[in-house]
Amino acid sequence: MRPASARQRALAHGRWETSLLMRNGEQLLLTLVIPIGILLGLTMTDVLVQQAGPDRIPRAIATVLAVSVISSAFTSLAIATGFERRSGALRFLGTTPLTRSELLIGKFLATAAVTAVSTAAVCLVAVLVGWRPSASALWAVPVLILGTAAFAAWGMALAGLLRAEAVLAVANGLFLLLIMFGGVVIPAASLPGPMSVIAPALPSGALVTGLTDALVDGHAPSALATAVLLAWLAGGALVSSRTFRWS
Amino acid sequence: MPPPAVLVSDLVVRYGSRDAVAGLSFAAPAGRVTALIGPNGAGKSSTVEVCVGLRAATSGSVQILGIPAGTADAAALRSRVGVMLQDGGLYSSARPLALVEYIASLYPRPDDPATLLGALGIDPAGRTPIRRLSGGEQQRVKCAVALVGRPELVFLDEPTSGLDAVARRTFHDLIRGLVAQGTSVVLTTHLMDDVERLADQVVVIAEGRAVRSGTIAELVGEEESVSFRGPLHADLTGLRAVLPDHGDVIEDPRGHYRVTGAADPMVLSAIAAWCAQNGVRTADLSVGRRSLEDVVIALVGDL
Repeated sequence: MRPASARQRALAHGRWETSLLMRNGEQLLLTLVIPIGILLGLTMTDVLVQQAGPDRIPRAIATVLAVSVISSAFTSLAIATGFERRSGALRFLGTTPLTRSELLIGKFLATAAVTAVSTAAVCLVAVLVGWRPSASALWAVPVLILGTAAFAAWGMALAGLLRAEAVLAVANGLFLLLIMFGGVVIPAASLPGPMSVIAPALPSGALVTGLTDALVDGHAPSALATAVLLAWLAGGALVSSRTFRWS
Repeated sequence: MPPPAVLVSDLVVRYGSRDAVAGLSFAAPAGRVTALIGPNGAGKSSTVEVCVGLRAATSGSVQILGIPAGTADAAALRSRVGVMLQDGGLYSSARPLALVEYIASLYPRPDDPATLLGALGIDPAGRTPIRRLSGGEQQRVKCAVALVGRPELVFLDEPTSGLDAVARRTFHDLIRGLVAQGTSVVLTTHLMDDVERLADQVVVIAEGRAVRSGTIAELVGEEESVSFRGPLHADLTGLRAVLPDHGDVIEDPRGHYRVTGAADPMVLSAIAAWCAQNGVRTADLSVGRRSLEDVVIALVGDL
């Protein structure tokens, strides 16, 4: 008997996870409503002084996309995986031909699909409110992929390390900390004391830097931002591969 | 003779300082139904978890379909094995057909999901999410996801829990159909009715070890016992005193009494005489073979 190939199983799991995510009302809120709401808030008001001026819209897009990636690839993924373990759904999958790496790839593909939908919606609304992107904005695509992979790896690592209820608390807490003090809403340079040094080394800070390079400055992401994201991806992949449990 | 579908040798599973499985050995023949029975905490679930790859053995060996567990390509072996877990295992927000179709996509030559669900009494066109199905319906969906990959070997953990009588009969027929096609089944259950209707081989487990194994006929044996019906919770102290060879009388279930020990005419005579002297009305005083449940309880205590 020739088993279904690893690629087929990973894709099948990616499709399955995507269908679950897209039918989840809470996820749609996180994917579409909140990012678009934040974008409109940032572009139509002077909530953040540093985002005033001609770069207001692309800076707002960078912020919103970073929030979207962190919420989808880290917070939502970690919480969903934690509760899948608690419900026994992961335990059952552990008895099927789906392997650990195929499950992780499938989850990344689903998260990437959700991020793509969110990005498309944000960009569409940004165009409607006056954004006129240049071709260099496409540099944001590899940054988003790298950022999604890095945060997904740490989301899976968190889900492997803690019980579901603890994952819920920690993932939401880290989300707020990263948004507020990780160089997302408040630029790293404007953060007080050592935070201004630490934030660019965090995946959130590097993600915003890379997106700003592409969307505001119109060039490839800086080597530092890319290296930081790659390092967090490698670390997250290592931890998640060691801590992942089916049950 | 084909190799056994499952061969467990000196299996030990240790949690901290406690051995959940303490040197268990048994073989589940290919193409047959093997029932693992025993009280809660006997080590049945831990054994199944090792067999299906969810837990590593502390020591000992397990062979699944002739392949040492944990050494073969996991996906290749798991393509040949189906598992129905007792707890959880379903995506509660999904619809039954969508879930079974997804699971089918992981296997190389799956059964048709809609046909399988229909055979189990679940409407494949139903749009109700799994969390809103009754317990019995959820149990049938679990059964479908275990079987949709057309496995050569199926592990079923408490498969008829929550099923009504009709659904249990349907399930029994389904399992018999699978076995007729050559599928091997390992059944873990507390329901002796399932065991008596389905099992070709029974392994009785207590405190992590196999205390007896064999066919039902071998386990029940030729030994007979005396039973009768009487008033609820009768005071049987006097009857115990007159039974030969220190026999005992057990009320189980209520109003049904079973006399342990030899079933000879002296026992029948003693019971009838005691009842007549004490004005105790009895019915169905009879000699018969012990039930499987009697044998298992005698071996391991309460199930």
